[in-house]
Amino acid sequence: MAEPSDGKQRDESLDLPGRHIGQPFRRVDGRAKVTGTTRFADDLHFPRLCHLKLVRSTLPHARIKAIDFSSAADVPGYLGSLTGRQMPHPFGILPVSEDEHALCIEKVRYVGDPVAAVAATSEEAAYEAALRVEVEYEPLDTIDGIDTALAADLDRIHDYGDGNNIHKKVSMRFGDLEAGFAEADLELEDTLFYEGNTHLAMEQHATVAVAEDEDRVTVYSSTQTPHYVHRALAKVLELPPSRIRVIACSNGGGFGGKSDVFNHEIVAAKMALELGRPVRITLNREEIFYCHRGRHPTLMHLRTGFKKDGSMTAQHLRTALDGGAYGSYGVASTYYTGALQTVTYDLPRYRFDGVRCFTNKPPCGPKRGHGTPQPRFGFEVHLDKAAEKLGIDPADLRLRNLAEPGSVTANWLQLGTIGLRRCIEAVVAGSGWRERYGRLPHGRGLGLACGSYLCGAGLPIYWNHMPQSGVQLKLDRSGGVAVFCGEAEIGQGSDSVLAAVVAEVLGIDLADIRLCVADTDLTPVDLGSYSSRVTLMVGHAAHQAAERARKLIAQAVAKRLEVPRERLIFAERRVFDAADPEKGLSFEDAVTVAEAKWGTLGTTGSYIPPRAPGKYRGAGVGPSPTYSYSAAVVEVEVDPETGLYRPDHVWIAHDIGRSINPVLVLGQVEGSVYMGLGEAMMEEQAFRALPRHLSSALVHKTPSLLEYKSPTFHDMPPVTSYLIEDPDPQGPFGAKEVGQGPLLPVPPALANAIYDAVGVRIDQVPIQPQMILKALDEKSRGRQARYGPKVFPEVDFGEILRVLTPAEGGDGHALNEHGEKKAHGMSGADGTMSSRDEALKDKDGAVTTK
Amino acid sequence: MAERTTTLELLINGESRVVAFPTHHTLLEVLREECGLTGTKHGCELGECGTCAVLVDGQPVLSCLVLAAQMSGREIETVEGLQEGNRLHPLQQTFADLNAAQCGYCTPGILMTAKALLADNAHPTRDDIREALSGTLCRCTGYHKILQAVEGAAQLAAGEEWTPAADSLHGATPPDRGSE
Repeated sequence: MAEPSDGKQRDESLDLPGRHIGQPFRRVDGRAKVTGTTRFADDLHFPRLCHLKLVRSTLPHARIKAIDFSSAADVPGYLGSLTGRQMPHPFGILPVSEDEHALCIEKVRYVGDPVAAVAATSEEAAYEAALRVEVEYEPLDTIDGIDTALAADLDRIHDYGDGNNIHKKVSMRFGDLEAGFAEADLELEDTLFYEGNTHLAMEQHATVAVAEDEDRVTVYSSTQTPHYVHRALAKVLELPPSRIRVIACSNGGGFGGKSDVFNHEIVAAKMALELGRPVRITLNREEIFYCHRGRHPTLMHLRTGFKKDGSMTAQHLRTALDGGAYGSYGVASTYYTGALQTVTYDLPRYRFDGVRCFTNKPPCGPKRGHGTPQPRFGFEVHLDKAAEKLGIDPADLRLRNLAEPGSVTANWLQLGTIGLRRCIEAVVAGSGWRERYGRLPHGRGLGLACGSYLCGAGLPIYWNHMPQSGVQLKLDRSGGVAVFCGEAEIGQGSDSVLAAVVAEVLGIDLADIRLCVADTDLTPVDLGSYSSRVTLMVGHAAHQAAERARKLIAQAVAKRLEVPRERLIFAERRVFDAADPEKGLSFEDAVTVAEAKWGTLGTTGSYIPPRAPGKYRGAGVGPSPTYSYSAAVVEVEVDPETGLYRPDHVWIAHDIGRSINPVLVLGQVEGSVYMGLGEAMMEEQAFRALPRHLSSALVHKTPSLLEYKSPTFHDMPPVTSYLIEDPDPQGPFGAKEVGQGPLLPVPPALANAIYDAVGVRIDQVPIQPQMILKALDEKSRGRQARYGPKVFPEVDFGEILRVLTPAEGGDGHALNEHGEKKAHGMSGADGTMSSRDEALKDKDGAVTTK
Repeated sequence: MAERTTTLELLINGESRVVAFPTHHTLLEVLREECGLTGTKHGCELGECGTCAVLVDGQPVLSCLVLAAQMSGREIETVEGLQEGNRLHPLQQTFADLNAAQCGYCTPGILMTAKALLADNAHPTRDDIREALSGTLCRCTGYHKILQAVEGAAQLAAGEEWTPAADSLHGATPPDRGSE
């Protein structure tokens, strides 16, 4: 087998004519979606299917004293129960924070934490039995937010981390910051807050586990990451991975909310093995609000130096994240609140300090944009203020500061192509910005913001040398091509990308392709649908597998037709001579010839991202093969009497590199604008303490689809979307991501528009009408025309990791790293956090403790 | 638990069948569990999201809020009955072509609600469509493609030609005035 593709020898693919690539086509699963035949996990049925319910904690923080099933077992139809003692191994998505148990053993850490499980022959019986399970608790202190978590004297949620209830602290400095601030003509400081919010996928999480033998189980689940679920199941169930099959059903929406490994998935598998019959669990909507793993509430402080011409000299960003009760992706989320500040604009010196706290709330994790919408909101509002102070148009301030394509940033991220100039120009022209910004009547305003995002995380979640995406093809005399890949379709259209790439290379129709995806027994590993990695990584792997198949067929056909191999064209379901198009074979006959020559035909393709230049501890978060760029202008109408406001129009431009299928790209752009508006205007995953007579427990304020406000048909303004094509050699056919990036500019563009409309700054989201009224009131009293947080808490971030920038002649390593590394025993297990080489070295040299 | 059971002849997508089910079960549950018609989805089971909408005597009904036991003599339509033979209904065609169904989870409920709208109003305005569908949440699309798809389906249903607007497939073309 050849080496996995490093993504570098792909330039020729940019020149392909594009029979499928670049053309709008009906998604390959489109018919199933509109006929209701797509099988989501809860749609599966098996003979003797039984039902699972979890008994969830009613207290936010408590020791478990006793669990009594005696009354539960009396419920007719009751089949069995489980407690955490039967699944003693911890798990967690990041190797560095395996801090969850399938069912809690010693303690519960948030209202909703599962303590026990019961199964019964009907869902109602399981529910009734779960209600009858009696759990005795000893309450502990409730840690309800960042401030209480930072207090040193309260009960500790976990016995690991960087402080009492501090999960993770990060501090890193790239370049001589003070020299940068000394050069500045303007120094600006801002404190901002981004509230937590949740994914709210319409599909309720569901898992069906089927025991295949005493030590063999198949798990069907609504998951974005079947491979990681597979690994966690093997660990907790103490079974070889080969005895566990995970199949990710089509997800009814994900947005990051199904990319963690969930306790209910593990418990279902365990229960199926215990009972020897199929087990289903479908979470109700309230349980999903408590599963969460969504946007971290984040407090931010920015300090940036600007020169008179608008260029930036240095930035210091501090973030404090309310992480909830478990690690989840949180260490990566923390790094992500700092990592991508440098990829949009030229930022020569940069310091980032971040802290993630444990609190007694549902765990936060990755939601669309993972850790970056918060600092992006901060940065883009900050830039809007700087533009005003400097007397520069906000669009021009950004145009003057664009990062250099192909450059390496101060924090050692390798940039690719940058279509941001064209993005800004498109939304400026489309919105009439030049004529209208700052000139609209009071109450109406325009705001502009930009953003950038990964096209796939450069590193996997756990250390390994293997491909991050794999594709296998099976071809035979039928002319049909079966494509096997571990990718998970979550609605974004990954199946269509996979099929289109193969069809393009082989010159066949989409209907000639049969997909088999997201099945850990049958499909090569793909790490999952997260970090906007699928189009790029699966695309490359599919491209390589298809090119290899094409080569085998071409060799056989060249011999049969006595035509030089290089002259053969694959198109319109034929393989023919470019010099004499009449001379050729149907694709079916061409494969037949190849099958006769080579025997049974199969090829593989795989992809590993290029190595990143950063070598310091923490350099593992941020690298990507390339980055996407977006710009947005929002027009808003604000009623100064009530504070009510309404976005009237959004113009958005996205640097897609090259569209594989523009109609799917547009779907992601429009969906991102929608979700960004939801976060900016109304969505809140917020908590309150129940009244004392009801236990004082910390509970979700709005755990239902009615109370948790999200935009409806009536709330969504018209959106004008521009797809900016600037093919990137790092992407398959030049393609970049689109699933997450276009969300980023929307919240800050709205905040900036409100300022243009009524002259008040709302430095937090969601922006509520009363905040605007309060700020208008402040303004009328001659005070600061602003609503938002005032202080960033005092945090000792510890020793700063000092890294020279490329411009300072650095080599990507930290100046003070080696001493610190030796001092930290966990560095080898610090999953995503250091460069690949460093971590592999650590791992190879470390003693395995698990 | 002692459960009362109801046995009823249900008329679903033009086909009669006798179904026995616990009396307290909703139409949603009976469609999905007893009848195996899993095309109808659920997002909250509390009447808040619109995902489970089906047609009862031509009117959209949230199947999670009505009892199957109330369905005697009523005509129930679900997404499984929307196709015309092996051909897609105009709504299904336009939803598929415009990517108005992304994850596809809210789609059956929206399709059925839109079908009732078009039966009532063959040429709805965009506001009419918004109003008719406003009880349904979709997290993927931002609603635009759904509005365009219903408009397209109205044209097809009226026997008119329908070609998707270029900007609904390729995005808009930026005007040429944006530089500093």
